[in-house]
Amino acid sequence: QKTRRVLGTDIRDLFKSEGRLVDDDFLGELFARLIRTDMGTGPANKIREEVAKQYRGRVVHLEEVIQTITQEIRSQLSQDHGELAKNDSPPTVVLVVGVNGSGKTTSIGKLSHYLHANGHSLVLGAGDTFRAAAVEQLTIWAGRIGCEIVTGKSGADPASVAYQTVDKAIEVGADYAIIDTAGRLQTQSNLMQELQKIRKVIDKRLPGAPHEVLLVLDATAGQNAISQAKGFSEAAGCTGIVLAKLDGSAKGGVVLPIREQFQLPVKFVGLGEGMEDMAAFDPDSFADALLKG
Amino acid sequence: MRDGLKIVEESLLESDVSYSVVKEFMTHVSEKALGKRVLLSLRPQEELVRIVHEELVETLGPVDSSLHLRADRPTILMLCGLQGSGKTTTCGKLTQMLREQQIEPLLVAADLQRPAAIEQLKVIGEQLGVPVHTETDHQDPVKVCQNGVARAQRDGNRVVILDTAGRLAIDEELMAQLKKIDRKVGPDQVYLVVDGMTGQDAVNSAGAFNDALELDGVIMTKLDGDARGGALLSVKQVTGVPVKFIGTGERFDALEPFRPEGMASRILQMGDIVAAAREA
Ligand SMILES: Nc1nc2c(ncn2[C@@H]2O[C@H](COP(=O)(O)OP(=O)(O)OP(=O)(O)O)[C@@H](O)[C@H]2O)c(=O)[nH]1
Ligand SMILES: Nc1nc2c(ncn2[C@@H]2O[C@H](COP(=O)(O)OP(=O)(O)OP(=O)(O)O)[C@@H](O)[C@H]2O)c(=O)[nH]1
Ligand SMILES: [Mg+2]
Ligand SMILES: [Mg+2]
Repeated sequence: QKTRRVLGTDIRDLFKSEGRLVDDDFLGELFARLIRTDMGTGPANKIREEVAKQYRGRVVHLEEVIQTITQEIRSQLSQDHGELAKNDSPPTVVLVVGVNGSGKTTSIGKLSHYLHANGHSLVLGAGDTFRAAAVEQLTIWAGRIGCEIVTGKSGADPASVAYQTVDKAIEVGADYAIIDTAGRLQTQSNLMQELQKIRKVIDKRLPGAPHEVLLVLDATAGQNAISQAKGFSEAAGCTGIVLAKLDGSAKGGVVLPIREQFQLPVKFVGLGEGMEDMAAFDPDSFADALLKG
Repeated sequence: MRDGLKIVEESLLESDVSYSVVKEFMTHVSEKALGKRVLLSLRPQEELVRIVHEELVETLGPVDSSLHLRADRPTILMLCGLQGSGKTTTCGKLTQMLREQQIEPLLVAADLQRPAAIEQLKVIGEQLGVPVHTETDHQDPVKVCQNGVARAQRDGNRVVILDTAGRLAIDEELMAQLKKIDRKVGPDQVYLVVDGMTGQDAVNSAGAFNDALELDGVIMTKLDGDARGGALLSVKQVTGVPVKFIGTGERFDALEPFRPEGMASRILQMGDIVAAAREA
């Protein structure tokens, strides 16, 4: 058993297992690993300095230091409100926002499937009346799941679709109303105001709603995701993040500074394009994957 | 100068240029800076920034916004990339551009994956008044593309644009499918469509698409926002192919020929850098 393990390891690892001096080279290698996660230079510099302070001049194993950092990230990310919000009396209204193509509509499909499979009734709202065939896309998802959907004509006022969706959910006594919105960039102030209007209209129909505003981030996004979190939080009052496309080779480390700066927890991760490809966010496995090779 | 180099390096990383690309780029820059004796110049920091900008422009160039249309038969353009990068919308934008040159392309709906992808391209075709080749009952995108090309030949369309499904670079099955389209249909120009907000992973994904397909060009989208677009440097470095256009909005007219100077300033955020360099 042990021989096999030794034979299986790269010869360089054997030398490494002697440990390494924590010097500029070591710290540089560590920094590279951190940067590749998309956490940004701020957090990466902070961790590098911390490691330098604690270990410089000593002989350690890089992987052990990585373990310690992973542990730290795990505890930073462990959170008390990872669950989807729930209104005391139904319906719970969920509004989904984000930049173009981040994965909003697909995430709604997956989340709805999960809720539906757990015995909840729901109404979807096709609030993207702008992009070509966005309504058809959500309609296909509603058909797959077997739930109701409220649609407007192409070019219709998204706020009015949102209003009607909540209205319908109340009428049929649904547990959830989940409303899709058109992708937009956080720098487009008129479109960000539109989100505020959607919120206001929803609140008019059901005071206190929306109960959850999910920001869908693309895991391949870099530092611009910080600006996204800021812009969408200010305009739409985000309550949580869905980190989509985490099944690729991107790490999604930008959620670290986002959590620190805006207290926005990641609630779900997207792991593919299929109905089942979503999971509740797990800080431990996320942190483990973050700094892996 | 060490401080100056450090500031530039951090700025590039904050722009989402991939780590390995930044390292390589900075090696060039410091060689150049030493050669030019930045230290001896009157304003060393500004001289350094100038060198960096110059080097960026050089790396991002040369410019080639031509679609290289053929005279003998329909030119086949194929767009590929990760999910949601902007391929289908860019099909519409290229169509608009060709229409302005009195060329009517045929669009081919080869994304049989995403819900309503065919419908999306159909709507775009209707909006622009160009034909769209669709086969709702087909399961094989290779066939759809082949039939689309045959139809263009028959109908006399000078250009065919293939809209392929988004896929992850690590998805071996779907990458193999893309290679098969490439082999069997033989597109004249293959463009990788990259989201302007992409982070460090750009080197991996662009590298994988380039290995699979031998790209002919890159189109970066969503540059109408505040993304600095440093991923473009990574993509350019690993693929070596020209950057053709940039997307600056959702509308069909929001496609611009690529300009390295503007992009270099955007990636570097010149104003900030010069200010920081002065303080250092
Ligand atoms: N691999 C992978 N692909 C995903 C995931 N989530 C979404 N996608 C794909 O990403 C692309 C864009 O997803 P959409 O749900 O349409 O994104 P959107 O944010 O609604 O886009 P717009 O409405 O145009 O702004 C589609 O091809 C999806 O299938 C994921 O978790 N993993
Ligand atoms: N702001 C902005 N949005 C863009 C741009 N290009 C595309 N989009 C938007 O990005 C989203 C995704 O675009 P699509 O064209 O559907 O992307 P795709 O690559 O075909 O997506 P899949 O087929 O799902 O992989 C849509 O909401 C587009 O309107 C751009 O240059 N700027
Ligand atoms: Mg959508
Ligand atoms: Mg598409």
